[in-house]
Amino acid sequence: MAGLAAAFGSGAMTNTIADIETAKVILVTGSNTTENHPVLSAFVKRAIKFRGAKLILIDPRRIKLTEFAHKWLRPNLGTDVAWINGLMHIIIKEGLHDKTFIENRTEGFEELKQKLEKYTPEYVEKITGIPSEDLIETAMLYAENKPASIIYCMGITQHTTGTDNVKSLANLSMLCGNLGMAGGGVNPLRGQNNVQGACDMGGLPDVFTGYQKVADSEIRKRMEEVWGVTDLSEKPGLKVTQMLPEAHEGKIKAMYIIGENPMVSDADLNHAEKSLKHLDFLVVQDIFMTETAVLADVVLPSSCFAEKEGTFSNTERRIQRVRKGVEPPGQVLDDWKIVCRISTLMGHAMDYPSSASIMEEISKVTPSYAGISYDRLENNGIHWPCPNSTHPGTPILHTEKFTRGNGVFHSIDYIPPAEQTDEEYPLYLTTGRLLYQYHTGTMTMKTDGLNERAPECFVEISQEDSGKYALKNGELVDIASRRGQIRAAVNISTKASSGTVFIPFHYGNSPANKLTNSALDPVSGIPEFKVCAVKLLRV
Amino acid sequence: MTTAHKIIINGNELSFAQGETILEVSRKNGIDIPTLCHLKGTIPTGACRICVVEVKGARSLVPSCATPASDNMVVHTESPKVVEARKQILQLMLSSGNHNCAVRLSDGEDWTSFQLKVQAQDSTSELCPVWGDCTLQNLAYKYQVTGEEFPPTETRYPMETVNPFIVRDFSRCIQCGRCVQACNEVQVNNAINLGYRGANSKIVAGVDRPLKDSDCVFCGECVQVCPVGALVEKETRCTVRPWEIKKVRTTCSYCGVGCQIYLHVKDNKVVSVSGVEDVSPNFGSLCVKGRFGFNFINSKERLTTPLIKENGKFKEASWEEALKLVASKFNDIKSKHGGDSLAVLASARITNEENYIIQKFTRGVLKTNNIDHCARL
Repeated sequence: MAGLAAAFGSGAMTNTIADIETAKVILVTGSNTTENHPVLSAFVKRAIKFRGAKLILIDPRRIKLTEFAHKWLRPNLGTDVAWINGLMHIIIKEGLHDKTFIENRTEGFEELKQKLEKYTPEYVEKITGIPSEDLIETAMLYAENKPASIIYCMGITQHTTGTDNVKSLANLSMLCGNLGMAGGGVNPLRGQNNVQGACDMGGLPDVFTGYQKVADSEIRKRMEEVWGVTDLSEKPGLKVTQMLPEAHEGKIKAMYIIGENPMVSDADLNHAEKSLKHLDFLVVQDIFMTETAVLADVVLPSSCFAEKEGTFSNTERRIQRVRKGVEPPGQVLDDWKIVCRISTLMGHAMDYPSSASIMEEISKVTPSYAGISYDRLENNGIHWPCPNSTHPGTPILHTEKFTRGNGVFHSIDYIPPAEQTDEEYPLYLTTGRLLYQYHTGTMTMKTDGLNERAPECFVEISQEDSGKYALKNGELVDIASRRGQIRAAVNISTKASSGTVFIPFHYGNSPANKLTNSALDPVSGIPEFKVCAVKLLRV
Repeated sequence: MTTAHKIIINGNELSFAQGETILEVSRKNGIDIPTLCHLKGTIPTGACRICVVEVKGARSLVPSCATPASDNMVVHTESPKVVEARKQILQLMLSSGNHNCAVRLSDGEDWTSFQLKVQAQDSTSELCPVWGDCTLQNLAYKYQVTGEEFPPTETRYPMETVNPFIVRDFSRCIQCGRCVQACNEVQVNNAINLGYRGANSKIVAGVDRPLKDSDCVFCGECVQVCPVGALVEKETRCTVRPWEIKKVRTTCSYCGVGCQIYLHVKDNKVVSVSGVEDVSPNFGSLCVKGRFGFNFINSKERLTTPLIKENGKFKEASWEEALKLVASKFNDIKSKHGGDSLAVLASARITNEENYIIQKFTRGVLKTNNIDHCARL
């Protein structure tokens, strides 16, 4: 998100889901779309099968989408900047870049061009393992078909160079003038139902709603007026990946965790647990007794999506209604009601008659949501920005100009992943999700059928590597990194590339994140879940 | 401006756009033509022929789903010839397999033995699982036909129940092929197809394997589009009837696509989920988690009361007690160490309104910008 915001001025998906079907070429990277965004993947597959679009897939694993790909490149883990720079090097050499678009709508092209000089196909092959002729063919396929849509997910962002990776994809899209048009764009897929909304609503340390900076005194003044408070802090707060270390150091004394389970989803879990235990006071508000809730001093039960009114904002910035279908169990309350009551008890009275009235306040303080009200969302959602009550919403961003004015090319060099394999830890580990489970499993694992399809943790390994370690399919093996050790069943699979194993992170009893590296991207604060070094130990 | 195209359907002069089928023009104008195999967004197969209409000058009836409207065409959608053809198609369908929806005329004994046989095969004393929610049954009523005009044909293939989600009941399959189109043209999972020939025809997964051993990913698109009782959800089969449920439209709570779903609610319990058709972003499609992963809502493991930890053990508490404790602790820590000694994690799982309130509380009351959520994780 930080990467796209730097390039375009807005960090969200530039185009819509339906738009994907109108692309001529689709580049998918770092997204196992058929498993993690299955319904969206159907738009990709239909574009390929019925509308003649070409699919470029760049992923180390032989995921399902490879069956639809015209070009499948299999780079070494964590070498994204190198292959993206390589593609751009070739496109410029061949004169296939969109000179008019670059001239009229962007800045920083000359610096980029210089930076790309050294990223010859041969140089890139040395870093990424992608044969130079494949890279050239891919560059031509991308540049010669317009519009081109770029789709990416956590496989791009969960690296120490995640922000660089995203900026590089933005470079590639701008280079061929693929922004602001149907079927084009740079499209990050959001993994959770309301990640987009949590960001839009200011669930971030440096911004209020609608990405309005806390450092901006005008904005703070406006919020103080509407909220009836004084002295809002101008200092950006801590990111989640900084909160835990600060808790460990005793600087953070208390935490209030709502609907999150960092005890399974965080990198380097052993450290996370120590940090949370170090707090003076921990409140967890959730629908289940999660691994994190177990550590709490107070646990507050909240309602789930089927029990309340509200809105979610999806990955394409579409604000959609959530409606109450059933009464919640026991004494369970809506999250917002609990927070309002705590606030009132702390001396600041807060109350609303309904979630609709909260949306009224949101629209008052948020320019991009200014035109949103429940009656407008009755039948169909609306894409923000929606600046007034008659505005139809904005399905495609950056049509006339970028949110920030000109698009910015960032000149970026390849930096290797934070952790490399060595004699002691000779294999790379990458993590991800499965079709039948979701995130930390607190929801999906309550459905027997889903557990029947994906019952337990496994380590996916190539035929070649399984031979090297004399492992049989289904046997248990210990996987160890510098940070921890877990046990999982061996799954010999054609999906895996030799030298790299894959483990799904859903399973709390065999948590892959005990192994992962908490080294962070310096800008976004995202840990490098997608690369670390491990070894296998026979049980 | 180009001259408008005109077609005459049941005596009404209607305009149409080049390329529109007779079916599309009719439906747009509120003229109902029954369909079974037709699936919006896919290439028409004309397999079931129930949508046939009479076109003046044509030698035989034409399938309206696959016939483009043309200028000055004169169409009758319910002429005696059309009705006769539809009756015959329905009679043939009803005579093959276990259509025990009480659309029969025969003497009691025959009917009873048929019912008993079907119920034994269904392992239930209930009528057909989609009774009241079946296009074939609706049409049988509409055209007042039964399956007794033709000798009954026995089902060649046993019911498949070996996966957790979907029951495949070949005795009720009318081979319309909608499921095949849904799988291959809508979801593009390419798991099922038409297999074998003639009387042995069957919808097969791969080389005729159970769904669980095929490329099937249990998105359930096939179940949603099945017009009869051949594909039904295992969990609610024969236990939940369409008139017992209330449908509530909402947004799926799994990934960021934001599929529009209906919660099917019976006795304050979500019993199944379906996709909302014809609206963005999913146009009726769902994935296995969205369609079948709803049991957590009604899980016995849900937290139902506030809990306070004392001596390492949780004990149940009232809201008043729990919230007072939280408020006083937060106040204490804030006054002793300042707002920045507190940190809040909002959530990518809860609503916009709730996230808004949480950040307002964090910034305005706790007086810190230490707020984030697990978007990055």
